[in-house]
This record gives sequence, C-alpha cells and structure tokens, in this order.
Amino acid sequence: MFSLNEILTDMHKNEFPSFRAGDHIKVHVRVIEGDKERIQPFEGHVISIRGSKENRTFTVRKISGGVGVERIFPYDSPKIAKVEVLKEGEVRRAKLYYLRNLSGKAAKIKAKKR
Amino acid sequence: MAGLIGKKIGMTTIFSPDGIKISVTAIEVGPCKVIEIRTKEKNGYEAIQLGFGEKKRKASTKPVATYFEKKGTAIASVLREFKFNNISDFKMGDELKADFFTEGELIKVSGVSKGKGFQGVVKRHNFSGVGSATHGQSDRVRAPGSIGASSSPSRVFKGQKMAGRMGGDNVSVRNLKVVKVLVDKNIVLVKGAVPGHRNSILELHKK
Repeated sequence: MFSLNEILTDMHKNEFPSFRAGDHIKVHVRVIEGDKERIQPFEGHVISIRGSKENRTFTVRKISGGVGVERIFPYDSPKIAKVEVLKEGEVRRAKLYYLRNLSGKAAKIKAKKR
Repeated sequence: MAGLIGKKIGMTTIFSPDGIKISVTAIEVGPCKVIEIRTKEKNGYEAIQLGFGEKKRKASTKPVATYFEKKGTAIASVLREFKFNNISDFKMGDELKADFFTEGELIKVSGVSKGKGFQGVVKRHNFSGVGSATHGQSDRVRAPGSIGASSSPSRVFKGQKMAGRMGGDNVSVRNLKVVKVLVDKNIVLVKGAVPGHRNSILELHKK
C-alpha cells in the first residue's frame, strides 16, 4: 500500500531560498529556442503564493514598459533554473492583488527592516 | 490481450521533462503471480491466470483455499485470466511486475466505475431537461420529457432511457499513455483518469 506522497518524493523538486509575498525576486527561466536552451530572468514582486504540495504556485508581478506583467510559476516546474531573493518586502497581506490597481510610487513595497 | 491486475492508488500531477504539467493516475501493478496456464490442448483456449494480492486462509472459502493449496501458492485475493500470445514463455509461479509496461506505451484500463446511486436522466443519460426555469414553469428543468407516443403503440418501448441506478458498471478506458514506470515501487503512472475509486481493482491491458 503506497500513499501518493510517497510517489511524489520521486518526482522533480526545485530547491531555492524561501520567499514570501512582497519579496522582490528574480526567477531564472529556462527558455528553449529551436534546439538551444538559454536562461531568461523574470524579475518582480511576489504577489501571491497558493496551493500545497505538487500544486503550489507563486505569482510574480513586474512593470514592463509601463504595463503590468504577471507570471505564475509552479514551484517544482523544471523550467525554473534558479530563484534569487533580491529584497525582502514589508507587507501586511498574503495576497497583494491590490497592487494591480496602484501605479507609480503608490505601488512601491517598503523594504523589510532588519 | 496481455495484461496485469492492478490497484488504483489515486491521482496527482507530475511535470513532463519539457515543463508541462500532466494529470496522472498512480496504479500499483502486481506483483501478479502466474497461478495457472490455460492451454489449447487442455482448455481449448490459451490464457494465463494471474493472482494478485493476498488473502488469509480464514477469510477464504474452502474451494478457493483448496485450489491454491493444490497449486502450492499463497491465496490471492483477485484471480483474473488474460490472453497472452506467448504463453510458453511463462511458467507457474512467475511474478509479473511494473516493468511489464514500458514508458510511452498506450494501454487499456478496465475497472468498475464509482457507484452514483439513483440518478435522473440529466446526469445518467446526458438529457438536457425540459424548458426553462422561468416563464411560470416549475420543476421541469431536469425532467425527461415525453417517453413515447400515445395510443399507437400504447406502450413504452424497451430500452427507453429513464432515471435509475448509475455507476458501478464495468468501464474501459482505451489509449491511456504510460507516463512513468516506477520499477522499485511497482507503480505505473498513467495519463488521465481511470474508472473506480481508490484501492479499486483494475485490469491493465497491453495493446
């Protein structure tokens, strides 16, 4: 008798530093172009972490050319090469969806005091 | 069709190497023991009888226990026959495991579907129901509608789709891809859903 968890231990797992909503992170994404693979960074704020176990995902939001861009990454996606935590943010919520309605200085996240 | 007996463990998701998430069902396959080989000379057809799982002597009836005693093997909880083309390759007592299947292969999985109880025609036969919920109507949204003509034939035809017991049928799903074979754990991961609840007994047929 096996539990599903036991099976999942065999599967691909990503290991990267822990981060929370509000943190400024850089996700290194593997991009395949033709038969070549290269790394493309995606830098922004974590605005949400949801799900559990194999279904855990995090959402990264950045402003690109004045337009807000969000990308949802599954935690254990083999497409993620690396995650860097650049800045820890001081926020009061777990989901920062309110940032979508703010722009400019209002959308700034305070850095965490050490 | 050659095949094995398995047990449904449950569903989960895994990533394919190119980063696509796929829903898979984990099935514990075997180990299936070859209990008997049916031959053309003796039985008129060729097949292999496989046993799966274990059963205590106390829990088995005498005829079943005696059958296994004569074979000299432990009592299996499930006995199934499968057609094999190469029955001469097997001998009694052989164990068949997950490595019987290869990754990428398409298989057929049969089992008993989950029981749904007494269900109406909308769920059971995919009827659309009658009319709308508004315009003065009530209680007609999930109704079956007319079940036949009047004085001729003045009866309802046999086989008319109506409400009734649903589920608990033998269901086969064909062309399921074997995504991964975990040989050490004796488990195959099959893309998509298979019939039945967790721990239900399945037959996995090779193409």
